[in-house]
Amino acid sequence: MLAGRSAPAFIAFIVAGDPDRAKCVQIAKAVIDAGADILELGMPFSDPVADGPTIQRADERALQGGMNTDLLFDIIREIREYSEIPIVLLTYFNIVYKRGMDRFYHEASSAGLDAILIVDMPVEESEEASRLAYDVSIHQIFLVTPTTSAKRLELILSKAGGFLYLVSTLGVTGVRKKLSADALHLIERVKGRTHLPLAVGFGISTPDQVSQLIRGGADAIIVGSALVDIIEKHLHDWNTACSEIASYIKRMKQASGEYKQE
Amino acid sequence: MTRGRFGEYGGQYVPETLMGALGELENAYQRFRENKESMATLHHYLTEYAGRPTKLTFCENLSSLFGCRVYLKREDLLHGGAHKINNTLGQALLAKFMGKERLIAETGAGQHGVATAIAGAVLGIPVEVYMGEVDIERQRLNVYRMSLLGARVIPVTTGTRTLKDAINEALRDWVTNVKTTHYLIGSVVGPHPYPRMVRDFQSIIGVETREQILTKEGRLPDVILACVGGGSNAIGMFYPFLKDDVRLIGVEAGGKGLETGEHGASLCAGSKGVLHGALTYVLQDADGQILNTHSVSAGLDYPAVGPEHSMLKDAHRVEYAAVTDTEVLEAFSLLSRKEGIIPALESAHALAQATKVKDELEKDDIMVINLSGRGDKDVVEVARLEGMVP
Repeated sequence: MLAGRSAPAFIAFIVAGDPDRAKCVQIAKAVIDAGADILELGMPFSDPVADGPTIQRADERALQGGMNTDLLFDIIREIREYSEIPIVLLTYFNIVYKRGMDRFYHEASSAGLDAILIVDMPVEESEEASRLAYDVSIHQIFLVTPTTSAKRLELILSKAGGFLYLVSTLGVTGVRKKLSADALHLIERVKGRTHLPLAVGFGISTPDQVSQLIRGGADAIIVGSALVDIIEKHLHDWNTACSEIASYIKRMKQASGEYKQE
Repeated sequence: MTRGRFGEYGGQYVPETLMGALGELENAYQRFRENKESMATLHHYLTEYAGRPTKLTFCENLSSLFGCRVYLKREDLLHGGAHKINNTLGQALLAKFMGKERLIAETGAGQHGVATAIAGAVLGIPVEVYMGEVDIERQRLNVYRMSLLGARVIPVTTGTRTLKDAINEALRDWVTNVKTTHYLIGSVVGPHPYPRMVRDFQSIIGVETREQILTKEGRLPDVILACVGGGSNAIGMFYPFLKDDVRLIGVEAGGKGLETGEHGASLCAGSKGVLHGALTYVLQDADGQILNTHSVSAGLDYPAVGPEHSMLKDAHRVEYAAVTDTEVLEAFSLLSRKEGIIPALESAHALAQATKVKDELEKDDIMVINLSGRGDKDVVEVARLEGMVP
């Protein structure tokens, strides 16, 4: 889904339905207009164990705002009508399971989804999901983390589609001041062993971190909590939220673009 | 599909970061079980320190009231006041065996937190316990007990601020500190190998009961009852009887009644779903969002259940029932007055169901109730509910 790109990609994550459907779509459009290369939507879950406080609060806001699985597909459809940008869904397994795996994948595909990452579904539990993803032409994305062994990495690489999601550090999502040394080491471990682009996420928020990662060999950068932080700060002034998001993405894009243009 | 299934239930639905640690735990546990010295050390702590074996007490007064032969398995007499220490000593020794420097745990009623703090203190491993703010409020005594034992209690302010959210926070901690820390789960829940490992450590309850009843009565019981939140005391009691012709009944938290939606009865009123790493019966809405639960007993206030129970329900090997808070409080008072034993509110669930099952039994039939914990921790809360204290 990043095929043919020469410049590094910027992947923007927001929580679907945060704080409600209309405002979320408005933010998504601002993200797209600002030049994000891929839009990642997080489906809110009552028990998001892989997420830090920022995204937990966004999940709670969205659920309180009436977010549900029907609305998720509506939101994807609405964004798809607006733009051809690749859309990736990040969700917890129970959301997919409860809908019925088959039904979920078919609905997601017809809404216009391009890829899906089920955060708490390791590759060992992925047989049915991967088959369905193939059937409906959605990429099944997997995580690789600093604790992934060489043996597990082989297994993941044999199943992964779309791009490889490298988790930069041990822990949950959330902004961190410094880039973990694990991140660069992880890129080194994986680089050259797969045809998939390497996207690095978790804890990334500054242009400086972005250029370090791009120099280290990352093909794409995923930023989530930093965007959700901006949204949270401007909940009562949505136009400012949208314009702040746009200028932040432009700054980050610049940092990711500079290196390869040299 | 991953290892560690009970029929279709169980599995390992966790973020990739934890998969390495779960594999490491599974291997280490296998070596721990096969290591004679480790098992001897565990046996030593269980007998010399925790107070095993526990008594199987014949209850004369309850027997004449119920019209059958009633026994209580006295896990309430263990050090710490509940069955939880069977598991915490096992896992804490395993953590040492693995070279982990730190234990984390979640707690609802506080019993598992206290039992982990005890194990950490005696084995010299620092302990941090995640506990929901709501539970901290209703189990103040256990919070103080944990700090006396040198553990740090970390209040959980997210979500419903009860047991489920304490598990979420403990999982987040574990993802972050997985290299140095062992997550000491307190029930037969979570990803493989936890449900199996915790069952093994708790099975001593059923193993002892079997021996004791054969000595006392020369035969196996007709019915055995135990309460089910996550389900560790129940599976520990039931497991050694699964192949026998013994009626097994697990009793869930019916809260204000199943029809009100305010309860913790995942098996009686839930549906299949994934929470905390396992496929099992879960209380959830039509979109798979986990529901709020309610029970008078913090230890049963949990929207899922151990995956092995889900399998036993579908196989019709174990019956599962739910009793209401009101019935539980009656049973709490009944045991206190008739036998001079104040039960934990959790264990009082089993007793409440026993008062119904008794009508199906004959005079010589044998009933065993697992008294999983003592009720000292609940006295203040019950007094408050009865309007005795503000």
